[in-house]
Amino acid sequence: MILKIATSRAAFLAMLVAAFVGSAFVSRPARALVEIDITRGSVQPLPIAISNFVGSGQDQQLGGNITGVITADLKRSGLFQPLDPSTFTQASIGPGETPRFADWKVISAQALVTGGVARQPDGRLRAEYRLWDVFAGQQMAGQQFFTTPDNWRRVAHIIADAIYQRLTGEKGYFDSRVVFVDESGPKNNRVKRLAIMDQDGANVRYLTNGSDLVLTPRFNPSSQEITYMAYDGAQPKVYLMDVENGQKELVGEFPGMTFSPRFSPDGQKIVMSLQAGNNANLFSLDLRSRATTRLTNDPAIDTSASFSPDGKQIVFESDRGGSTQLYVMNGDGSNPHRISFGSGSYDTPVWSPRGDLVAFTRRNAGLFAIGVMKPDGSGERILTEGFHNEGPTWAPNGRVIMFFRDTQGTNGGPQLYTIDLTGYNEMKVPTPSFASDPAWSPLLN
Amino acid sequence: MVGNVSFTKLLNGGLTNARLDRDKRAGMVHEELSVMFKFDRVSRTAGLATVLMLALFLGACAKNPNSEPGGLGLGMGQGAGTAVPGSTQDFSVNVGDRIYFITDSTDLSAEARATLDKQAQWLNQYPRYTFTIEGHADERGTREYNIALGARRAAVVHDYLASRGIAANRMRTISYGKERPVATCDDESCWSQNRRAVTVLSNAGT
Repeated sequence: MILKIATSRAAFLAMLVAAFVGSAFVSRPARALVEIDITRGSVQPLPIAISNFVGSGQDQQLGGNITGVITADLKRSGLFQPLDPSTFTQASIGPGETPRFADWKVISAQALVTGGVARQPDGRLRAEYRLWDVFAGQQMAGQQFFTTPDNWRRVAHIIADAIYQRLTGEKGYFDSRVVFVDESGPKNNRVKRLAIMDQDGANVRYLTNGSDLVLTPRFNPSSQEITYMAYDGAQPKVYLMDVENGQKELVGEFPGMTFSPRFSPDGQKIVMSLQAGNNANLFSLDLRSRATTRLTNDPAIDTSASFSPDGKQIVFESDRGGSTQLYVMNGDGSNPHRISFGSGSYDTPVWSPRGDLVAFTRRNAGLFAIGVMKPDGSGERILTEGFHNEGPTWAPNGRVIMFFRDTQGTNGGPQLYTIDLTGYNEMKVPTPSFASDPAWSPLLN
Repeated sequence: MVGNVSFTKLLNGGLTNARLDRDKRAGMVHEELSVMFKFDRVSRTAGLATVLMLALFLGACAKNPNSEPGGLGLGMGQGAGTAVPGSTQDFSVNVGDRIYFITDSTDLSAEARATLDKQAQWLNQYPRYTFTIEGHADERGTREYNIALGARRAAVVHDYLASRGIAANRMRTISYGKERPVATCDDESCWSQNRRAVTVLSNAGT
């Protein structure tokens, strides 16, 4: 009997995760024979062989697709060097099969990934993978997943994250999404729409239709919701939108323009700027009670606020000292103190989800740079610098930053890029048109 | 976000399945949606439409931000001498609807003050007009700060006109940050045109 699984928008997908497969290997203490230190300045990508996921009949293509997404994720991270499949001497390795390790040592693979997919009688897709340490001749990890067949990309990203985590000791970031602003048209007549996509550029979906100017969307860290700024007729305002059903609402009515919104880590509050005459001050809004708390009160522009992951502090930019600089204050607005002291002006601070760093945009001598510094202002490092770079956002594991870069000329426009925390592996993110204001979601699982 | 995971003990190497109770919303992702969300179509503000019209109008004299009143060849087929007194064209052509700022600044130059004095005089002469002051910034700044900078520029003009006797209830302000450039080349000759505050008349009363 085949059960038809309804995939309505509101349906949630139950995924069953299997425990480690093969007790004989699991009982040994896990030795990280294969290791990548991703905190060093220069990284030697780990040679990894990803053998095609086997599947029979129509599942064969699905197996190939999943293999492709896993390979692309690992390659794009800059930490792995997937080996050319045309050099593989052992053909498809089925689930439960132990590889001929000699065949893989010969091509200098340090790690090997095998797997398979099989559609179940009830219509669900079963996907499994195993990660092998080639030179030790041991299985390092193995899991299986059940989901709907059209969810195959998420399974691939989850498997890629599991491989990443097993080999680096760090959580991955592939099972995540990015909300951004899609831009089209000439520079002096741009149409902007909110859009959302998988972090690898797949599954682009538009959330607004371009009739209102929309800017700076940000993800709620704990639910499928975004906040953003839109010009709704008269005055720019801050909105919330549920990305699953598209329902939007105003966060509140205020006596002045509201902009620059960001969620607190628990998703219960929004910090934003409220303009009053010459100045913009920061306020925190409780989303349940809609009560507002003033955080700054000075004759300056205070904006671009970002919470620390423990919710106790806020980093923001202010021109209270003359030029825009970064400041850190407590969550209640007390003890604001400056942290940026390098040359130039500092903007758009974003606190890493790991809590250890703040990313920012720096303007100096006519150039725009993306950089990071510790929350106390020390250890400033510039990752990329040029005519224009702006608006960093952190991957959920705090190891990769996405930002946008505009190009010169009337027909130029912004594109999204990612760069590793070490400054290596800058890559363009494919989008249907020009794109700006990226904001990375937390891990979806 | 991750729910509880319970593992059945592994006894003889067989596969075990663990149930992952998860937050309903966390599991609810990645459905391809074939229907665009319905939003109420919000028409652009009159102010925005007017800005675009003015941008087209000024395209004819793009490189001359300080065109003298009475200059000819301003694109509408009419010289200043034929603008109807009290019309919006009269305001744009003979008074000057915009002032400019230096980088990162909201200070009014002497020239800006002179233009605003003429604006105030004209607006006092034709009290039927309400208007919006639009503040703008150039592309050489970051997005959110430029929104605030544009708002501050609009506020500075608002306060100046108020000090010249314009009633507060005739004035609105709005900032477009760096979102509405009128000039798009990549040097100071264009950026300086974008760092502006524009007085946009709201009702073309007769």
